[in-house]
Amino acid sequence: MAKKTLTAKKTSEITPEIVAEHGLSADEYQIILDRLGREPNINELGIFSVMWSEHCSYKSSRRHLAKFLTEGKRVIQGPGENAGVIDIDDGDAIIFKMESHNHPSYIEPYQGAATGVGGIMRDVFTMGARPIALMNALRFGEPGHWKTKQLVNGVVAGIGGYGNCVGVPTVGGETNFHKGYNGNILVNAMCVGLARTDNVFYSAAKGVGNPIFYVGSKTGRDGIHGATMASAEFDDDSDEKRPTVQVGDPFTEKLLIEACLELMATDAIIAIQDMGAAGLTSSSIEMADKGGVGIALDLDKVPQREEGMTPYEMMLSESQERMLMVIKPGKEQLAFDVFEKWELDVAQIGKTTDTGRLVLKHKDKKVCDIPIAPLADDAPNYDRPHVETSKRKVIKAADVYETQDYNDALIKIITSPNIASKRWIWEQYDRHVMTDTVDSSQSGGDAAIVRIHGSNKAVAITTDCTPRYVEADPYEGGKQVVAETWRNLTCVGAEPIAITDCLNFGNPERPEIMGQFVGAIKGMNEACRAFDYPVVSGNVSLYNETNGQAIPPTPAVGGVGLISNLNHFATLKGAKDGDTLILIGETTGWLGASIYLSEIQSREDGAPPPVDLAAEKRNGDYVRTLIRNRRVHAVHDCSDGGLAITACEMAFASDIGVHLSGATSGPTHGWLFGEDQGRYLLAVEKHSVNPIMSTAQGKGITAHIVGTVGGGRIKADGAFDVSLQGLRERHEAWLPDLMSSTDEKAAE
Amino acid sequence: MKTAVIRFPASNCDRDAAVALETVTGRPTQIIWHRDTSLPDDIDFVVIPGGFSYGDYLRSGAIAARSPIVKDIIRRAEKGLPVAGFCNGFQILTEAGLLPGALMRNKNLKFVCRPEKLIVQTNNSRFTSKYAAKSEVIYPVAHHDGNYFADDATLNRIEKNGQVLFRYANNPNGSLRDIAGIVNEAGNVFGMMPHPERATDPVHGGTDGLDFFKSIIESI
Repeated sequence: MAKKTLTAKKTSEITPEIVAEHGLSADEYQIILDRLGREPNINELGIFSVMWSEHCSYKSSRRHLAKFLTEGKRVIQGPGENAGVIDIDDGDAIIFKMESHNHPSYIEPYQGAATGVGGIMRDVFTMGARPIALMNALRFGEPGHWKTKQLVNGVVAGIGGYGNCVGVPTVGGETNFHKGYNGNILVNAMCVGLARTDNVFYSAAKGVGNPIFYVGSKTGRDGIHGATMASAEFDDDSDEKRPTVQVGDPFTEKLLIEACLELMATDAIIAIQDMGAAGLTSSSIEMADKGGVGIALDLDKVPQREEGMTPYEMMLSESQERMLMVIKPGKEQLAFDVFEKWELDVAQIGKTTDTGRLVLKHKDKKVCDIPIAPLADDAPNYDRPHVETSKRKVIKAADVYETQDYNDALIKIITSPNIASKRWIWEQYDRHVMTDTVDSSQSGGDAAIVRIHGSNKAVAITTDCTPRYVEADPYEGGKQVVAETWRNLTCVGAEPIAITDCLNFGNPERPEIMGQFVGAIKGMNEACRAFDYPVVSGNVSLYNETNGQAIPPTPAVGGVGLISNLNHFATLKGAKDGDTLILIGETTGWLGASIYLSEIQSREDGAPPPVDLAAEKRNGDYVRTLIRNRRVHAVHDCSDGGLAITACEMAFASDIGVHLSGATSGPTHGWLFGEDQGRYLLAVEKHSVNPIMSTAQGKGITAHIVGTVGGGRIKADGAFDVSLQGLRERHEAWLPDLMSSTDEKAAE
Repeated sequence: MKTAVIRFPASNCDRDAAVALETVTGRPTQIIWHRDTSLPDDIDFVVIPGGFSYGDYLRSGAIAARSPIVKDIIRRAEKGLPVAGFCNGFQILTEAGLLPGALMRNKNLKFVCRPEKLIVQTNNSRFTSKYAAKSEVIYPVAHHDGNYFADDATLNRIEKNGQVLFRYANNPNGSLRDIAGIVNEAGNVFGMMPHPERATDPVHGGTDGLDFFKSIIESI
């Protein structure tokens, strides 16, 4: 990295090589020269470089993100703050966001994942919320790849090591394996917090002459240029970037949460911002820019972990567990007292000014003096060329090889990497701390359910993405991602409210990648609008490539919904002996881009299932009404692996067999494994069957009776018949077997 | 009836323990700060909650065991005050010398969180009197360092004295003799890795932990 040359230099002499090492183009550097009217010094160049990195400036994505639906009747704060804020009645607000930590996690899986969790929690409690739940969305390379096991081990331990210690339950998530992530895994972490609507904190600094406080850990030399690293592709030498990965300390984070919430209960804080990517630089500039003020900092006052740190290092360090605050004049002592009680570093390091400039002093010398507006508002905003992804052929089920051994096919699919149980992962996460977890990964359900402490209501939370659909058709796949989260929240009886997203793509400078990005956003946004389901926060992670090989497009979405009365919710684990299985939604037997196709035929081609947003809405609203009227025992979203896998998962969770019968028309493999969208499997009492079917008919909703619940077998007429217990054991065994296998075996 | 929960830096089950105590006693529970040098005189029962006190630095529970409040807890416990520690609280009690043995890293070296079946060894104790002897209960576990260890002589002694109150039905962490929870010889200091406070509300999926709290509360 650039560090060696840069830290030694004291002033100017900015060569084109130094500019390039900072990830700035010649054009971007020219803008800096124009705005300053002079050559920047090395500190100023470093500050421009991180603020204008893709990670901080969203320069390739901004104009496209602006198209998203971001407003709704429950939205208190949409994108643009540390996290999104929604109203869940009774003066309660939910604050949530999902963020990527992909590049660091690939280089250093434990610390990368741990600090990803720490960072997203800070985004949430910065706004005044107590974190109440963590979720994640993970993508690893193929199971047999030599690096995969080590990455799974490290990432899972890192997520657990941080969240468990801080004492926030990790209640759910998803994990995929695909060769497209061999050289670039994805670690997306989501945090959900609870605040009062009248006590939400924002980042805009206000007033002139107000004290600026630094609290939390000391600043060290870790993570310098992390944001710039996250804005570049990988190559074979990426391991050399390990020093740019930050090191997390969940102990300090826990103290920081308690101390911040304690101070937030007083009226001492004017503005607060966590020091995340680009550390002190981006936090101070964002606060100043949003508040329209200037900032003057005395860097000698910054608590430092190491001796002899330069201004450049202090401004670009990404040391974790740090916060910047503007404190009300006169409340300084209160702030000192609270942070000292929690044994955290605290220092008054500067003041707000009326100059509109960022001025830094170090050892009595002015080491930076630049206008703030160009850093934030005038950051580059590119309209990158993009080409639409070409449409794939629709594959008819009749044209797909039909297995001659359905027992074997079912076992293959139930033990396939993306369907097999992830117990090995989630048993390493504390899911119960705070004692408000109603449902979590433990049931394999569609959404986690976390009670609002001291009340009888709950939030439902889910994270989803089906990258193979997005790759096949970014627009339909984008619709599907949002629809699936909406459906998963519906499955537990929640009112879906809003989403956060983590848009993971390859190099935006390549028109075909940019085409995926633009297409996915178009589809996602259509779904958001159809469901009145806005985006309130999120982040973009581009340049997810190694040696020119991009990841499958992966716009992960985290959805949040409200269960206003915990007497009326559902999960997939309530199916009872004698129940009838009803499938809501139309089945055409769509096998294109399906799990059946990839696992049984080793093919990944074909158009993905289309999403009829109107039908999706109609079906979901009906299912939610049935749950609230307590007409169903169990509900499960019918998605990956189709009806057969959905029924198996319900059987596992309910610990009772199922018998599928009454296939409508078309080939059996399409009926059992087709992945048509907008479908729900319900287990209902016999006497509820007729009313449910006839009401569905009246509403124009497709509904079929597809089987019964009972016994100890998983059966489908004319297809499979296996023991529930035996199938569950295999479903559970796949991941532990992989993780305990020797490298020789894994490499097979 | 006055109960208290100790709060160390990075305790994280302090609120959970307080909620469970309040559910059972119907009265507010006091939270005591780790730097306090003494417990209130009228406290009847103290819980040392789970968490990662001092970030588990040095050894789990080692630093907390030397904090100002624990000095007073030791003094009061020796005079008979009932004290219970769950998870990190158990680790602190062994580090403080109030309970025998030590908690080592789980045998498979991984954090484990799951509902765990326990077998109540005896109801002849202040902490288990409401259970039937040999009954099965389910409490969640969530720990990285829950592998109970003591030398043979100690194990034989605590078994003989009836100090082993809970054993795991399916040992999740490598604990010797499947030991999940023990009491001191005097019968007033109890520690266990599982979390009874996480089994006190139907929302938790079970309420087997309620009788634990009822047992000790009613004994006072």
